[in-house]
Amino acid sequence: MSQSKQDFILETRNLTKAFKGFTAVDDVNLKVQRGNIHALIGPNGAGKTTVFNLLTKFLQPTTGQILFNGDDITSMKPAAIARKGVIRSFQISAVFPHLSVMENVRVALQRKEGNSFHFWRSEKVLDRLNDRAVELLESVGLEGFADTVTVDLPYGRKRALEIATTLALEPELMLLDEPTQGMGHEDVDVVTDLIKKVSQERTILMVEHNLHVVSKLADQITVLQRGAILTEGNYETVSNDPQVREAYMGTAADEVEAENAKKAEEVSA
Amino acid sequence: MTNNQKLNLFLLVLALLAPSVLYPVFLAKVLCFALFACAFNLLLGFVGLLSFGHAAFLGTGGYITGHLMINSGLTPELAILTGTAAGAALGALFGKLAVKREGIYFAMVTLALAQLVFFIYLQAPFTNGEDGMQGVPRGEAFGLIDLSDNLTMYYFVLAIFVFGYWVINRTVHSPFGQILKAIRDNEDRATSLGYDVNRYKWIAFVISAALAALAGSTKTLVFQLASLTDVHWHMSGEVILMTLVGGVGTIFGPVIGAGFIVTMQNYLSGGELGNYIHIIMGVVFVICVLSFRSGIVGQLMKFKRDNFS
Repeated sequence: MSQSKQDFILETRNLTKAFKGFTAVDDVNLKVQRGNIHALIGPNGAGKTTVFNLLTKFLQPTTGQILFNGDDITSMKPAAIARKGVIRSFQISAVFPHLSVMENVRVALQRKEGNSFHFWRSEKVLDRLNDRAVELLESVGLEGFADTVTVDLPYGRKRALEIATTLALEPELMLLDEPTQGMGHEDVDVVTDLIKKVSQERTILMVEHNLHVVSKLADQITVLQRGAILTEGNYETVSNDPQVREAYMGTAADEVEAENAKKAEEVSA
Repeated sequence: MTNNQKLNLFLLVLALLAPSVLYPVFLAKVLCFALFACAFNLLLGFVGLLSFGHAAFLGTGGYITGHLMINSGLTPELAILTGTAAGAALGALFGKLAVKREGIYFAMVTLALAQLVFFIYLQAPFTNGEDGMQGVPRGEAFGLIDLSDNLTMYYFVLAIFVFGYWVINRTVHSPFGQILKAIRDNEDRATSLGYDVNRYKWIAFVISAALAALAGSTKTLVFQLASLTDVHWHMSGEVILMTLVGGVGTIFGPVIGAGFIVTMQNYLSGGELGNYIHIIMGVVFVICVLSFRSGIVGQLMKFKRDNFS
Protein backbone atom coordinates (compact mmCIF):
# COMPACT_ATOMS: atom_id res chain seq x y z
CA MET A 1 0.00 0.00 0.00
CA SER A 2 1.28 3.42 -0.92
CA GLN A 3 -1.08 5.67 0.98
CA SER A 4 1.19 8.65 1.44
CA LYS A 5 -0.01 12.22 1.55
CA GLN A 6 -1.20 11.97 -2.01
CA ASP A 7 -3.57 9.38 -3.37
CA PHE A 8 -2.09 7.66 -6.40
CA ILE A 9 -4.39 5.53 -8.51
CA LEU A 10 -1.58 4.21 -10.65
CA GLU A 11 2.06 3.84 -9.94
CA THR A 12 4.95 2.23 -11.78
CA ARG A 13 8.18 1.24 -10.09
CA ASN A 14 11.32 0.97 -12.20
CA LEU A 15 9.25 -0.02 -15.21
CA THR A 16 11.54 -1.18 -17.99
CA LYS A 17 10.97 -2.74 -21.39
CA ALA A 18 13.96 -3.89 -23.40
CA PHE A 19 13.65 -5.21 -26.92
CA LYS A 20 16.68 -6.82 -28.52
CA GLY A 21 19.48 -4.35 -27.96
CA PHE A 22 17.14 -1.45 -27.44
CA THR A 23 15.55 -0.15 -24.28
CA ALA A 24 12.20 1.34 -25.22
CA VAL A 25 11.16 2.16 -21.66
CA ASP A 26 13.90 2.79 -19.17
CA ASP A 27 13.33 2.73 -15.42
CA VAL A 28 10.13 4.75 -15.42
CA ASN A 29 8.57 5.70 -12.09
CA LEU A 30 5.23 7.17 -12.98
CA LYS A 31 2.69 8.34 -10.43
CA VAL A 32 -0.80 9.24 -11.50
CA GLN A 33 -2.84 11.11 -8.92
CA ARG A 34 -6.51 10.26 -8.53
CA GLY A 35 -8.83 12.74 -10.21
CA ASN A 36 -6.15 14.26 -12.40
CA ILE A 37 -5.78 14.49 -16.12
CA HIS A 38 -2.21 13.38 -16.52
CA ALA A 39 -0.49 13.82 -19.88
CA LEU A 40 2.40 11.82 -21.17
CA ILE A 41 4.31 13.78 -23.80
CA GLY A 42 7.58 13.44 -25.62
CA PRO A 43 9.08 13.37 -29.09
CA ASN A 44 8.42 10.53 -31.52
CA GLY A 45 9.90 7.27 -30.36
CA ALA A 46 10.10 8.40 -26.74
CA GLY A 47 8.24 5.27 -25.64
CA LYS A 48 4.87 6.76 -24.78
CA THR A 49 2.77 4.14 -26.51
CA THR A 50 5.05 1.41 -25.19
CA VAL A 51 4.31 2.64 -21.65
CA PHE A 52 0.60 2.36 -22.45
CA ASN A 53 1.06 -1.13 -23.78
CA LEU A 54 2.91 -2.09 -20.62
CA LEU A 55 0.31 -0.57 -18.32
CA THR A 56 -2.46 -2.54 -20.01
CA LYS A 57 -0.23 -5.60 -20.42
CA PHE A 58 -0.47 -5.69 -24.20
CA LEU A 59 3.29 -5.94 -23.69
CA GLN A 60 5.10 -7.74 -20.91
CA PRO A 61 7.51 -5.54 -18.90
CA THR A 62 11.11 -6.77 -18.73
CA THR A 63 11.43 -5.60 -15.14
CA GLY A 64 9.53 -3.36 -12.78
CA GLN A 65 6.16 -3.22 -11.12
CA ILE A 66 2.76 -1.74 -11.91
CA LEU A 67 0.44 -0.85 -9.04
CA PHE A 68 -3.23 0.02 -9.45
CA ASN A 69 -4.94 1.30 -6.31
CA GLY A 70 -1.98 -0.11 -4.43
CA ASP A 71 -2.43 -3.63 -5.84
CA ASP A 72 0.30 -5.19 -7.90
CA ILE A 73 -1.18 -5.85 -11.35
CA THR A 74 2.09 -6.62 -13.09
CA SER A 75 1.27 -10.26 -13.75
CA MET A 76 -2.36 -9.80 -14.83
CA LYS A 77 -3.69 -10.37 -18.35
CA PRO A 78 -5.01 -7.47 -20.49
CA ALA A 79 -8.68 -8.44 -20.22
CA ALA A 80 -8.38 -8.85 -16.45
CA ILE A 81 -6.83 -5.40 -16.10
CA ALA A 82 -9.72 -3.99 -18.11
CA ARG A 83 -12.15 -5.67 -15.73
CA LYS A 84 -10.38 -3.98 -12.81
CA GLY A 85 -11.38 -0.63 -14.28
CA VAL A 86 -8.43 0.44 -16.42
CA ILE A 87 -9.75 0.99 -19.93
CA ARG A 88 -7.51 2.10 -22.77
CA SER A 89 -8.02 3.54 -26.20
CA PHE A 90 -5.71 3.15 -29.17
CA GLN A 91 -3.85 5.48 -31.50
CA ILE A 92 -6.02 4.52 -34.43
CA SER A 93 -9.66 4.81 -33.59
CA ALA A 94 -10.74 1.70 -31.76
CA VAL A 95 -14.28 1.00 -32.87
CA PHE A 96 -16.03 -2.06 -34.26
CA PRO A 97 -16.52 -0.87 -37.85
CA HIS A 98 -19.15 -3.34 -39.04
CA LEU A 99 -21.40 -3.00 -36.01
CA SER A 100 -23.85 -0.12 -35.67
CA VAL A 101 -22.98 2.82 -33.44
CA MET A 102 -25.48 1.61 -30.88
CA GLU A 103 -24.06 -1.93 -30.96
CA ASN A 104 -20.57 -0.57 -30.34
CA VAL A 105 -21.65 0.89 -27.03
CA ARG A 106 -23.74 -2.14 -26.18
CA VAL A 107 -20.77 -4.46 -26.58
CA ALA A 108 -19.19 -2.59 -23.68
CA LEU A 109 -22.37 -2.48 -21.60
CA GLN A 110 -22.94 -6.18 -22.23
CA ARG A 111 -19.94 -7.29 -20.22
CA LYS A 112 -21.53 -6.70 -16.86
CA GLU A 113 -24.71 -8.51 -17.92
CA GLY A 114 -22.88 -11.82 -17.64
CA ASN A 115 -24.56 -13.30 -20.71
CA SER A 116 -21.72 -12.90 -23.16
CA PHE A 117 -21.18 -16.64 -23.50
CA HIS A 118 -24.88 -17.36 -24.10
CA PHE A 119 -24.90 -18.48 -27.71
CA TRP A 120 -28.31 -20.09 -27.38
CA ARG A 121 -30.21 -16.92 -26.49
CA SER A 122 -31.55 -14.28 -28.81
CA GLU A 123 -29.71 -11.00 -28.98
CA LYS A 124 -33.04 -9.38 -28.12
CA VAL A 125 -32.08 -9.83 -24.45
CA LEU A 126 -29.60 -7.03 -25.09
CA ASP A 127 -32.38 -4.57 -25.89
CA ARG A 128 -32.71 -3.71 -22.23
CA LEU A 129 -29.33 -1.98 -22.54
CA ASN A 130 -30.62 0.38 -25.22
CA ASP A 131 -31.71 3.17 -22.88
CA ARG A 132 -28.32 3.36 -21.23
CA ALA A 133 -26.62 3.15 -24.64
CA VAL A 134 -28.65 6.09 -25.94
CA GLU A 135 -27.76 8.10 -22.82
CA LEU A 136 -24.08 7.46 -23.48
CA LEU A 137 -24.43 8.40 -27.14
CA GLU A 138 -26.16 11.62 -26.09
CA SER A 139 -23.29 12.45 -23.78
CA VAL A 140 -20.93 12.54 -26.76
CA GLY A 141 -23.40 14.03 -29.24
CA LEU A 142 -23.96 10.88 -31.29
CA GLU A 143 -27.64 10.25 -30.51
CA GLY A 144 -28.59 10.92 -34.13
CA PHE A 145 -26.27 8.20 -35.39
CA ALA A 146 -27.43 5.21 -33.35
CA ASP A 147 -28.32 3.05 -36.36
CA THR A 148 -25.44 4.12 -38.57
CA VAL A 149 -22.91 1.44 -39.43
CA THR A 150 -19.80 2.69 -37.69
CA VAL A 151 -17.54 2.47 -40.73
CA ASP A 152 -19.60 5.29 -42.29
CA LEU A 153 -18.95 7.75 -39.42
CA PRO A 154 -16.55 10.64 -39.96
CA TYR A 155 -13.24 10.25 -38.13
CA GLY A 156 -13.93 12.71 -35.33
CA ARG A 157 -17.21 11.02 -34.55
CA LYS A 158 -15.50 7.64 -34.38
CA ARG A 159 -13.26 9.01 -31.64
CA ALA A 160 -16.31 10.31 -29.82
CA LEU A 161 -17.91 6.88 -30.13
CA GLU A 162 -14.77 5.32 -28.74
CA ILE A 163 -15.01 7.56 -25.70
CA ALA A 164 -18.68 6.68 -25.24
CA THR A 165 -17.79 2.99 -25.40
CA THR A 166 -15.05 3.48 -22.84
CA LEU A 167 -17.39 5.42 -20.56
CA ALA A 168 -19.91 2.60 -20.75
CA LEU A 169 -17.57 0.56 -18.56
CA GLU A 170 -17.38 3.34 -16.00
CA PRO A 171 -13.63 3.04 -15.78
CA GLU A 172 -11.76 4.32 -12.77
CA LEU A 173 -8.84 5.12 -14.99
CA MET A 174 -9.02 5.95 -18.68
CA LEU A 175 -5.92 5.66 -20.81
CA LEU A 176 -6.25 7.69 -24.01
CA ASP A 177 -3.62 7.20 -26.68
CA GLU A 178 -3.44 10.37 -28.78
CA PRO A 179 -7.16 11.10 -28.76
CA THR A 180 -6.87 14.02 -31.20
CA GLN A 181 -4.40 12.50 -33.63
CA GLY A 182 -5.20 13.02 -37.29
CA MET A 183 -8.06 15.42 -36.64
CA GLY A 184 -8.98 18.76 -38.11
CA HIS A 185 -9.09 21.82 -35.85
CA GLU A 186 -12.81 21.70 -35.20
CA ASP A 187 -12.76 18.06 -34.22
CA VAL A 188 -9.79 18.66 -31.92
CA ASP A 189 -11.77 21.25 -29.99
CA VAL A 190 -14.84 19.04 -29.79
CA VAL A 191 -12.85 16.10 -28.46
CA THR A 192 -10.89 18.29 -26.05
CA ASP A 193 -14.13 19.60 -24.58
CA LEU A 194 -15.46 16.08 -24.43
CA ILE A 195 -12.45 14.83 -22.48
CA LYS A 196 -12.76 17.77 -20.11
CA LYS A 197 -16.39 16.89 -19.59
CA VAL A 198 -15.89 13.21 -18.92
CA SER A 199 -12.91 13.80 -16.66
CA GLN A 200 -15.17 14.75 -13.77
CA GLU A 201 -14.76 12.20 -11.01
CA ARG A 202 -12.41 10.18 -13.14
CA THR A 203 -8.71 9.87 -13.69
CA ILE A 204 -7.32 10.14 -17.18
CA LEU A 205 -3.85 9.36 -18.38
CA MET A 206 -3.30 10.47 -21.94
CA VAL A 207 -0.58 10.44 -24.55
CA GLU A 208 -0.88 13.58 -26.61
CA HIS A 209 1.19 15.30 -29.27
CA ASN A 210 -0.88 18.41 -29.54
CA LEU A 211 0.55 20.73 -26.87
CA HIS A 212 -2.37 23.09 -27.22
CA VAL A 213 -4.64 20.27 -26.08
CA VAL A 214 -2.25 19.36 -23.29
CA SER A 215 -2.12 22.93 -22.04
CA LYS A 216 -5.89 23.05 -21.91
CA LEU A 217 -6.44 19.73 -20.20
CA ALA A 218 -3.53 18.43 -18.22
CA ASP A 219 -3.13 18.92 -14.46
CA GLN A 220 0.15 17.07 -14.51
CA ILE A 221 2.60 16.36 -17.31
CA THR A 222 5.32 13.77 -17.60
CA VAL A 223 7.85 14.23 -20.38
CA LEU A 224 9.47 11.13 -21.79
CA GLN A 225 12.61 11.07 -23.85
CA ARG A 226 14.31 7.94 -25.16
CA GLY A 227 12.23 5.85 -22.82
CA ALA A 228 13.14 7.72 -19.63
CA ILE A 229 11.42 10.46 -17.69
CA LEU A 230 12.96 13.79 -18.57
CA THR A 231 10.91 15.95 -16.26
CA GLU A 232 7.53 16.26 -14.60
CA GLY A 233 5.25 19.03 -13.43
CA ASN A 234 2.39 21.24 -14.53
CA TYR A 235 2.29 22.92 -17.93
CA GLU A 236 4.07 26.05 -16.75
CA THR A 237 7.01 24.17 -15.28
CA VAL A 238 7.37 21.76 -18.13
CA SER A 239 7.03 24.24 -20.97
CA ASN A 240 9.70 26.46 -19.48
CA ASP A 241 12.16 23.66 -18.92
CA PRO A 242 15.14 24.16 -21.24
CA GLN A 243 15.66 20.41 -21.59
CA VAL A 244 12.11 19.99 -22.83
CA ARG A 245 12.59 22.78 -25.33
CA GLU A 246 15.66 21.06 -26.59
CA ALA A 247 13.93 17.69 -26.85
CA TYR A 248 11.18 19.25 -28.90
CA MET A 249 13.54 21.37 -30.93
CA GLY A 250 12.47 22.19 -34.43
CA THR A 251 9.05 20.71 -34.11
CA ALA A 252 6.87 21.38 -31.19
CA ALA A 253 9.21 23.88 -29.55
CA ASP A 254 7.83 26.50 -31.89
CA GLU A 255 4.41 25.58 -30.76
CA VAL A 256 5.40 25.94 -27.13
CA GLU A 257 6.92 29.27 -27.97
CA ALA A 258 3.82 30.42 -29.77
CA GLU A 259 1.73 29.27 -26.88
CA ASN A 260 3.78 31.25 -24.41
CA ALA A 261 3.73 34.30 -26.64
CA LYS A 262 -0.01 34.07 -26.82
CA LYS A 263 -0.27 33.81 -23.07
CA ALA A 264 2.03 36.77 -22.61
CA GLU A 265 -0.18 38.75 -24.94
CA GLU A 266 -3.25 37.77 -23.00
CA VAL A 267 -1.61 38.88 -19.77
CA SER A 268 -0.51 42.21 -21.16
CA ALA A 269 -3.86 42.89 -22.79
CA MET B 1 -43.31 -11.85 -39.81
CA THR B 2 -40.19 -10.06 -40.98
CA ASN B 3 -38.96 -10.18 -44.56
CA ASN B 4 -36.17 -12.46 -43.50
CA GLN B 5 -38.55 -14.95 -41.93
CA LYS B 6 -40.69 -14.89 -45.07
CA LEU B 7 -37.65 -15.60 -47.18
CA ASN B 8 -36.60 -18.49 -44.94
CA LEU B 9 -40.09 -19.97 -45.10
CA PHE B 10 -40.12 -19.66 -48.88
CA LEU B 11 -36.76 -21.42 -49.11
CA LEU B 12 -37.96 -24.17 -46.81
CA VAL B 13 -41.02 -24.79 -49.00
CA LEU B 14 -38.69 -24.82 -52.00
CA ALA B 15 -36.48 -27.40 -50.30
CA LEU B 16 -39.52 -29.54 -49.46
CA LEU B 17 -40.70 -29.52 -53.07
CA ALA B 18 -37.29 -29.81 -54.72
CA PRO B 19 -37.16 -33.65 -54.89
CA SER B 20 -40.04 -33.64 -57.36
CA VAL B 21 -37.69 -32.00 -59.86
CA LEU B 22 -34.19 -33.01 -58.79
CA TYR B 23 -32.53 -36.24 -57.73
CA PRO B 24 -32.84 -36.59 -53.91
CA VAL B 25 -29.30 -37.92 -53.37
CA PHE B 26 -27.88 -34.93 -55.22
CA LEU B 27 -29.98 -32.58 -53.12
CA ALA B 28 -28.89 -34.33 -49.93
CA LYS B 29 -25.28 -33.93 -51.01
CA VAL B 30 -25.82 -30.21 -51.55
CA LEU B 31 -27.35 -29.87 -48.09
CA CYS B 32 -24.47 -31.73 -46.42
CA PHE B 33 -21.90 -29.48 -48.05
CA ALA B 34 -24.07 -26.43 -47.36
CA LEU B 35 -24.07 -27.25 -43.66
CA PHE B 36 -20.32 -27.86 -43.76
CA ALA B 37 -19.74 -24.47 -45.43
CA CYS B 38 -22.07 -22.69 -43.00
CA ALA B 39 -20.16 -24.18 -40.08
CA PHE B 40 -16.87 -23.06 -41.59
CA ASN B 41 -18.27 -19.60 -42.25
CA LEU B 42 -19.22 -19.19 -38.59
CA LEU B 43 -15.48 -18.91 -37.98
CA LEU B 44 -14.34 -17.07 -41.08
CA GLY B 45 -17.29 -14.72 -41.50
CA PHE B 46 -18.15 -13.96 -37.91
CA VAL B 47 -14.95 -14.34 -35.91
CA GLY B 48 -12.47 -13.65 -38.70
CA LEU B 49 -10.63 -16.96 -38.24
CA LEU B 50 -9.48 -18.78 -41.37
CA SER B 51 -9.32 -22.48 -40.56
CA PHE B 52 -7.48 -24.59 -43.07
CA GLY B 53 -8.23 -27.85 -41.36
CA HIS B 54 -11.98 -28.23 -41.34
CA ALA B 55 -11.80 -31.45 -43.38
CA ALA B 56 -10.59 -33.16 -40.20
CA PHE B 57 -13.96 -32.55 -38.54
CA LEU B 58 -15.99 -33.50 -41.60
CA GLY B 59 -14.01 -36.72 -41.95
CA THR B 60 -14.06 -37.57 -38.25
CA GLY B 61 -17.83 -37.29 -38.16
CA GLY B 62 -18.05 -39.47 -41.23
CA TYR B 63 -15.70 -42.21 -40.03
CA ILE B 64 -17.14 -42.45 -36.53
CA THR B 65 -20.70 -42.59 -37.79
CA GLY B 66 -19.78 -45.11 -40.48
CA HIS B 67 -17.92 -47.30 -38.02
CA LEU B 68 -20.84 -47.28 -35.59
CA MET B 69 -23.40 -48.06 -38.28
CA ILE B 70 -21.39 -51.04 -39.47
CA ASN B 71 -20.25 -52.43 -36.13
CA SER B 72 -22.84 -51.47 -33.53
CA GLY B 73 -26.54 -51.70 -33.32
CA LEU B 74 -26.96 -47.95 -32.90
CA THR B 75 -29.77 -46.22 -34.74
CA PRO B 76 -28.61 -43.62 -37.30
CA GLU B 77 -29.54 -40.55 -35.24
CA LEU B 78 -27.43 -41.83 -32.33
CA ALA B 79 -24.53 -42.66 -34.63
CA ILE B 80 -24.72 -39.16 -36.08
CA LEU B 81 -24.86 -37.68 -32.61
CA THR B 82 -21.75 -39.63 -31.58
CA GLY B 83 -19.94 -38.56 -34.75
CA THR B 84 -20.84 -34.97 -33.99
CA ALA B 85 -19.62 -35.28 -30.41
CA ALA B 86 -16.34 -36.77 -31.66
CA GLY B 87 -15.92 -33.79 -34.00
CA ALA B 88 -16.64 -31.41 -31.14
CA ALA B 89 -14.04 -33.12 -28.95
CA LEU B 90 -11.44 -32.95 -31.70
CA GLY B 91 -12.41 -29.31 -32.26
CA ALA B 92 -11.94 -28.58 -28.56
CA LEU B 93 -8.40 -29.93 -28.77
CA PHE B 94 -7.52 -28.22 -32.08
CA GLY B 95 -9.10 -25.02 -30.91
CA LYS B 96 -7.12 -24.92 -27.68
CA LEU B 97 -3.90 -25.04 -29.67
CA ALA B 98 -4.92 -22.86 -32.59
CA VAL B 99 -6.69 -19.84 -31.05
CA LYS B 100 -3.48 -18.70 -29.42
CA ARG B 101 -2.16 -17.89 -32.89
CA GLU B 102 -3.33 -15.19 -35.24
CA GLY B 103 -3.83 -14.77 -38.96
CA ILE B 104 -1.73 -17.01 -41.17
CA TYR B 105 -0.31 -18.85 -38.16
CA PHE B 106 -3.79 -19.86 -37.09
CA ALA B 107 -4.41 -21.26 -40.58
CA MET B 108 -1.08 -23.11 -40.50
CA VAL B 109 -1.71 -24.69 -37.10
CA THR B 110 -5.13 -25.95 -38.21
CA LEU B 111 -3.65 -27.29 -41.45
CA ALA B 112 -0.86 -29.10 -39.63
CA LEU B 113 -3.23 -30.70 -37.13
CA ALA B 114 -5.60 -31.74 -39.90
CA GLN B 115 -2.74 -33.38 -41.80
CA LEU B 116 -1.88 -35.28 -38.66
CA VAL B 117 -5.46 -36.54 -38.50
CA PHE B 118 -5.31 -37.45 -42.19
CA PHE B 119 -2.31 -39.71 -41.65
CA ILE B 120 -3.92 -41.33 -38.63
CA TYR B 121 -6.97 -42.24 -40.71
CA LEU B 122 -4.74 -43.39 -43.54
CA GLN B 123 -3.00 -45.88 -41.21
CA ALA B 124 -5.78 -46.83 -38.83
CA PRO B 125 -7.21 -50.28 -39.67
CA PHE B 126 -10.87 -49.40 -39.07
CA THR B 127 -10.99 -46.87 -41.92
CA ASN B 128 -9.76 -49.34 -44.56
CA GLY B 129 -7.18 -46.72 -45.63
CA GLU B 130 -7.27 -45.97 -49.34
CA ASP B 131 -10.27 -48.19 -49.98
CA GLY B 132 -12.50 -46.32 -47.58
CA MET B 133 -15.36 -47.55 -45.49
CA GLN B 134 -17.92 -48.94 -47.86
CA GLY B 135 -21.44 -50.26 -47.66
CA VAL B 136 -22.40 -48.29 -44.57
CA PRO B 137 -26.03 -49.19 -43.80
CA ARG B 138 -28.44 -46.28 -43.44
CA GLY B 139 -30.52 -48.06 -40.83
CA GLU B 140 -33.83 -46.91 -39.44
CA ALA B 141 -34.06 -43.48 -37.83
CA PHE B 142 -35.35 -43.74 -34.25
CA GLY B 143 -35.82 -47.43 -35.03
CA LEU B 144 -38.93 -46.51 -37.01
CA ILE B 145 -38.19 -44.73 -40.27
CA ASP B 146 -36.39 -46.77 -42.91
CA LEU B 147 -33.80 -44.52 -44.54
CA SER B 148 -32.89 -46.83 -47.41
CA ASP B 149 -35.38 -44.97 -49.56
CA ASN B 150 -33.62 -41.96 -51.08
CA LEU B 151 -36.54 -39.61 -50.71
CA THR B 152 -36.94 -40.42 -47.02
CA MET B 153 -33.20 -39.98 -46.60
CA TYR B 154 -33.42 -36.56 -48.20
CA TYR B 155 -36.07 -35.34 -45.77
CA PHE B 156 -34.04 -36.72 -42.88
CA VAL B 157 -31.03 -34.73 -44.14
CA LEU B 158 -33.19 -31.66 -44.62
CA ALA B 159 -34.31 -31.86 -40.99
CA ILE B 160 -30.67 -32.07 -39.84
CA PHE B 161 -29.69 -29.21 -42.09
CA VAL B 162 -32.49 -26.98 -40.80
CA PHE B 163 -31.41 -27.73 -37.25
CA GLY B 164 -27.74 -26.94 -37.99
CA TYR B 165 -28.64 -23.80 -39.87
CA TRP B 166 -30.83 -22.68 -36.99
CA VAL B 167 -27.98 -23.24 -34.51
CA ILE B 168 -25.66 -21.07 -36.60
CA ASN B 169 -28.27 -18.38 -37.08
CA ARG B 170 -28.94 -18.29 -33.37
CA THR B 171 -25.27 -18.22 -32.46
CA VAL B 172 -24.63 -15.30 -34.79
CA HIS B 173 -27.62 -13.40 -33.41
CA SER B 174 -26.96 -14.03 -29.73
CA PRO B 175 -25.18 -12.02 -27.02
CA PHE B 176 -22.23 -14.35 -27.66
CA GLY B 177 -22.42 -13.60 -31.39
CA GLN B 178 -22.17 -9.87 -30.66
CA ILE B 179 -18.85 -10.43 -28.95
CA LEU B 180 -17.66 -12.65 -31.81
CA LYS B 181 -18.37 -9.88 -34.31
CA ALA B 182 -16.64 -7.38 -32.06
CA ILE B 183 -13.57 -9.65 -31.97
CA ARG B 184 -13.68 -10.00 -35.75
CA ASP B 185 -13.81 -6.23 -36.17
CA ASN B 186 -11.17 -5.25 -33.62
CA GLU B 187 -9.65 -7.89 -31.41
CA ASP B 188 -7.46 -5.57 -29.33
CA ARG B 189 -10.38 -3.33 -28.56
CA ALA B 190 -12.47 -6.30 -27.44
CA THR B 191 -9.62 -7.26 -25.10
CA SER B 192 -9.34 -3.73 -23.77
CA LEU B 193 -13.06 -3.81 -22.95
CA GLY B 194 -12.36 -6.78 -20.70
CA TYR B 195 -13.22 -9.77 -22.88
CA ASP B 196 -10.98 -12.86 -22.85
CA VAL B 197 -11.03 -13.14 -26.62
CA ASN B 198 -9.39 -16.57 -26.77
CA ARG B 199 -12.20 -18.18 -24.82
CA TYR B 200 -14.78 -16.75 -27.20
CA LYS B 201 -12.77 -17.92 -30.19
CA TRP B 202 -12.42 -21.36 -28.67
CA ILE B 203 -16.14 -21.82 -28.06
CA ALA B 204 -16.91 -20.65 -31.59
CA PHE B 205 -14.32 -23.11 -32.88
CA VAL B 206 -15.93 -26.01 -31.02
CA ILE B 207 -19.42 -25.12 -32.30
CA SER B 208 -18.06 -24.88 -35.83
CA ALA B 209 -16.20 -28.19 -35.57
CA ALA B 210 -19.26 -29.96 -34.15
CA LEU B 211 -21.47 -28.76 -36.99
CA ALA B 212 -18.86 -29.70 -39.59
CA ALA B 213 -18.78 -33.17 -38.05
CA LEU B 214 -22.58 -33.26 -38.13
CA ALA B 215 -22.38 -32.57 -41.86
CA GLY B 216 -19.78 -35.31 -42.31
CA SER B 217 -21.79 -37.84 -40.30
CA THR B 218 -24.89 -37.16 -42.34
CA LYS B 219 -22.96 -37.33 -45.61
CA THR B 220 -21.66 -40.80 -44.75
CA LEU B 221 -25.22 -42.04 -44.37
CA VAL B 222 -26.30 -40.47 -47.63
CA PHE B 223 -23.51 -42.06 -49.69
CA GLN B 224 -23.07 -45.09 -47.45
CA LEU B 225 -19.38 -44.36 -47.72
CA ALA B 226 -16.63 -42.69 -45.67
CA SER B 227 -13.35 -42.12 -47.45
CA LEU B 228 -10.07 -40.25 -47.23
CA THR B 229 -11.41 -37.61 -49.64
CA ASP B 230 -13.30 -36.08 -46.74
CA VAL B 231 -10.20 -35.65 -44.55
CA HIS B 232 -7.85 -34.56 -47.32
CA TRP B 233 -6.69 -30.95 -47.32
CA HIS B 234 -8.37 -30.51 -50.72
CA MET B 235 -11.62 -30.67 -48.83
CA SER B 236 -10.48 -27.91 -46.44
CA GLY B 237 -9.73 -25.82 -49.51
CA GLU B 238 -13.03 -26.61 -51.18
CA VAL B 239 -15.05 -25.37 -48.24
CA ILE B 240 -13.16 -22.07 -48.36
CA LEU B 241 -14.05 -21.84 -52.04
CA MET B 242 -17.72 -22.55 -51.38
CA THR B 243 -17.86 -19.92 -48.67
CA LEU B 244 -16.12 -17.24 -50.70
CA VAL B 245 -18.18 -17.87 -53.83
CA GLY B 246 -21.42 -17.78 -51.85
CA GLY B 247 -20.55 -14.81 -49.67
CA VAL B 248 -18.42 -14.80 -46.55
CA GLY B 249 -20.03 -13.21 -43.51
CA THR B 250 -23.57 -13.72 -44.78
CA ILE B 251 -25.47 -16.52 -43.10
CA PHE B 252 -27.03 -17.87 -46.27
CA GLY B 253 -24.11 -17.30 -48.65
CA PRO B 254 -22.30 -20.60 -47.99
CA VAL B 255 -25.49 -22.50 -48.87
CA ILE B 256 -25.55 -20.90 -52.31
CA GLY B 257 -21.80 -21.37 -52.68
CA ALA B 258 -22.04 -25.06 -51.79
CA GLY B 259 -24.94 -25.52 -54.20
CA PHE B 260 -22.97 -23.79 -56.93
CA ILE B 261 -19.77 -25.77 -56.48
CA VAL B 262 -21.45 -29.15 -55.99
CA THR B 263 -23.62 -28.59 -59.06
CA MET B 264 -20.61 -27.62 -61.10
CA GLN B 265 -18.64 -30.66 -59.97
CA ASN B 266 -21.53 -33.00 -60.71
CA TYR B 267 -22.15 -31.52 -64.10
CA LEU B 268 -18.50 -31.43 -65.13
CA SER B 269 -17.42 -34.81 -63.85
CA GLY B 270 -20.07 -36.48 -66.00
CA GLY B 271 -19.10 -34.66 -69.19
CA GLU B 272 -16.06 -34.35 -71.41
CA LEU B 273 -14.59 -31.62 -69.25
CA GLY B 274 -14.14 -33.99 -66.31
CA ASN B 275 -10.36 -33.87 -66.54
CA TYR B 276 -10.31 -30.10 -66.34
CA ILE B 277 -12.46 -29.81 -63.26
CA HIS B 278 -9.71 -28.40 -61.02
CA ILE B 279 -8.66 -25.89 -63.64
CA ILE B 280 -12.23 -24.70 -64.08
CA MET B 281 -12.73 -24.41 -60.33
CA GLY B 282 -9.49 -22.47 -60.10
CA VAL B 283 -10.73 -20.04 -62.74
CA VAL B 284 -14.03 -19.62 -60.89
CA PHE B 285 -12.13 -18.89 -57.72
CA VAL B 286 -9.93 -16.27 -59.40
CA ILE B 287 -12.93 -14.57 -61.02
CA CYS B 288 -14.72 -14.55 -57.69
CA VAL B 289 -11.84 -13.04 -55.76
CA LEU B 290 -11.07 -10.46 -58.43
CA SER B 291 -14.51 -9.26 -59.40
CA PHE B 292 -17.05 -9.94 -56.69
CA ARG B 293 -15.30 -10.32 -53.41
CA SER B 294 -18.40 -10.31 -51.28
CA GLY B 295 -19.67 -13.43 -53.08
CA ILE B 296 -22.99 -14.13 -54.76
CA VAL B 297 -25.18 -13.39 -51.76
CA GLY B 298 -23.03 -10.48 -50.61
CA GLN B 299 -23.30 -8.95 -54.05
CA LEU B 300 -27.07 -9.42 -54.16
CA MET B 301 -27.45 -7.80 -50.74
CA LYS B 302 -25.34 -4.87 -51.88
CA PHE B 303 -27.44 -4.54 -55.01
CA LYS B 304 -30.59 -4.52 -52.91
CA ARG B 305 -29.15 -1.94 -50.51
CA ASP B 306 -28.05 0.37 -53.30
CA ASN B 307 -31.26 0.20 -55.29
CA PHE B 308 -34.15 -0.49 -52.97
CA SER B 309 -33.51 1.38 -49.77
